Amino acid sequence: MKNNRRANSFALFGMPYYFWAIAFIIIPLLLVLYYGLTSEAGTISLENVFAIARPAHAKALFLSVLLSVGCTVVCLLLAYPLCLIMVNRQKAQNSFLLFMLIIPMWMNFMLRTYAWQSLLEKHGVLNTFLNTIGLPSLHLINTPGAIIFGMVYDFLPFMILPIYNALQKIDPNLIHAAHDLGAGFWQTLWKVILPLSMPGIISGITMVFVPGLTTFVISALLGGGKVLLIGNVIEQEFTQAYDWHLGSGLSLVLLLFIVINMILSSVFDREGNGGLL
Amino acid sequence: MKSVKSLLILGLTLLGAGTLLTGCGVDPSAEDVLFVYNAGEYLDPDVIDLFEEETGIKVVYDEFETNEIMFPKVDADPTQYDVICPSDYMIERMLQNDMLEPLNYDLLPHAINIDETYYEKSNAFDPGNKYAIPYFWGTVGILYNTEAVEEEVTGWDVLWNEKYKDEILMQDSIRDLYIVPLKKLGYSLNSMNENELKEATDLLIQQKPLVQAYVVDEVRDKMIGDEALIGVIYSGEAEICIEANEKLDYVIPEEGTNIWIDAWVISQGSRHKEAAHQWIDFLCRADIAAMNFRYVYYSTPNRACMEEELDEEELENEILFPDIDQYENLETFHYLGKEGDRMYFDYWKELKSVY
Repeated sequence: MKNNRRANSFALFGMPYYFWAIAFIIIPLLLVLYYGLTSEAGTISLENVFAIARPAHAKALFLSVLLSVGCTVVCLLLAYPLCLIMVNRQKAQNSFLLFMLIIPMWMNFMLRTYAWQSLLEKHGVLNTFLNTIGLPSLHLINTPGAIIFGMVYDFLPFMILPIYNALQKIDPNLIHAAHDLGAGFWQTLWKVILPLSMPGIISGITMVFVPGLTTFVISALLGGGKVLLIGNVIEQEFTQAYDWHLGSGLSLVLLLFIVINMILSSVFDREGNGGLL
Repeated sequence: MKSVKSLLILGLTLLGAGTLLTGCGVDPSAEDVLFVYNAGEYLDPDVIDLFEEETGIKVVYDEFETNEIMFPKVDADPTQYDVICPSDYMIERMLQNDMLEPLNYDLLPHAINIDETYYEKSNAFDPGNKYAIPYFWGTVGILYNTEAVEEEVTGWDVLWNEKYKDEILMQDSIRDLYIVPLKKLGYSLNSMNENELKEATDLLIQQKPLVQAYVVDEVRDKMIGDEALIGVIYSGEAEICIEANEKLDYVIPEEGTNIWIDAWVISQGSRHKEAAHQWIDFLCRADIAAMNFRYVYYSTPNRACMEEELDEEELENEILFPDIDQYENLETFHYLGKEGDRMYFDYWKELKSVY
């Protein structure tokens, strides 16, 4: 009886969040669902979802997946070794390193993307530097490469933090045991550390892949309007064409990708301890 | 572990707070308030202060980047803004959607300051001048770097010259972009003919490898900073660029182009109609028009302002005050309806998805 009441009062503490979730997550999602599955005449139709098959949309989706996978791979390759280094440092050093990673997140990410624009431009900071030391200019801006670069820069912390968390949780005794039993560095990494940090990796992949797949600001700013991603198509459908039905229909397709991604990560992370938040 | 999480939460909270704290809290039903929705950098900020001082009306001033961004916002709730400054074709569209309030010329004693020519041109989108008072006008043309571009630039052809690969800036808003290929091909920039649009799109696809970027406002900065050599741009913006970078020059292409008029309108159901008229009339005053002209530096349609306020040097400027009659094929945009917009948009997506 007493326990029950306590549970009830805890539920009360959850109220602000329930309100938040309903107003800003559930209702908008239902709206997207409604617009996506109806036509302008108000009848139910799947036309706007199947519109993803139109060549321009399919190409944009393909490019988005490609760039997002690229970004995720680069983030993983950068983040994992870094996290390994960090967990093996002393606590004070470690917090400082993490702090350095988080500081850029305090700045608005649009601002940071604009900064990259002027760094990578034809006569931007980087090329000016290259020219002064006698090297030829690089063509960087307005290419898919520049977009991957921008995404990696913006999303890297979302890969590092869950992996770092997972690595921190590994009991050092397990690693000592592996060494005692004759495993070398690589063997320990491959057979002990990597499997134990898998939940963190999966969580990191989700947190980078999903925003990468749906980005439209980074591609607009660093792609010079020459690279059309599915996020740009959806944004333009809402803002330029004012076609909420088609925009929502295409969003549902993206949502499908995100759900698949979530199912995959829950399969890999059965214990449910890899979540970052 | 704990410090990581708290740091992260702190970071995310700050990020969230930044995005949330943008709304402002003026009661829309208050009486002496006026909600103004204007294009970006399209008014001398001092004009707002002067207006508030003289009338005691508080102005809540918002800006939009493109007409296309403005429309859905106003359509969702037409009463949230009292006066708006859209472009010609968008005014036509708002009219068709019953979104505008007819003007009461009795409350606009200074409206006669606007030259008759521009009222006539406005007839194309606002028959009888019942809804809109012209604010600025201009053309769309080519801005180029005279030092780096050797040949004389007279028409749109230069934008397809392989020599200038990666030095060309095109407009990113759909209708503005399509002015170029449609006029180059000798078609109307209001074309609704599938074949003509297909041809225009093919021309743009052919041009895409030469284009450095499709941009809107950035043309200005990039041309001033020598980041690109040739750009499609509005005449007023071109003038600003030339002031800042002497190497630049602007031409109205011989194949013809767009002449546009931006005008003030009052939204249907506005709660502050009288204040809205006061605002429009204020902007028609010669001295205020001159302030805005000097700040925005687009062509003003205000005859009184030109005669009374501007000096000869300012009026000699051929870019801001060209002899319009000398050019043929200067066309205003028409609103092409949902179907027309959709057609242009689908072709545009085809262009954008080519890589």
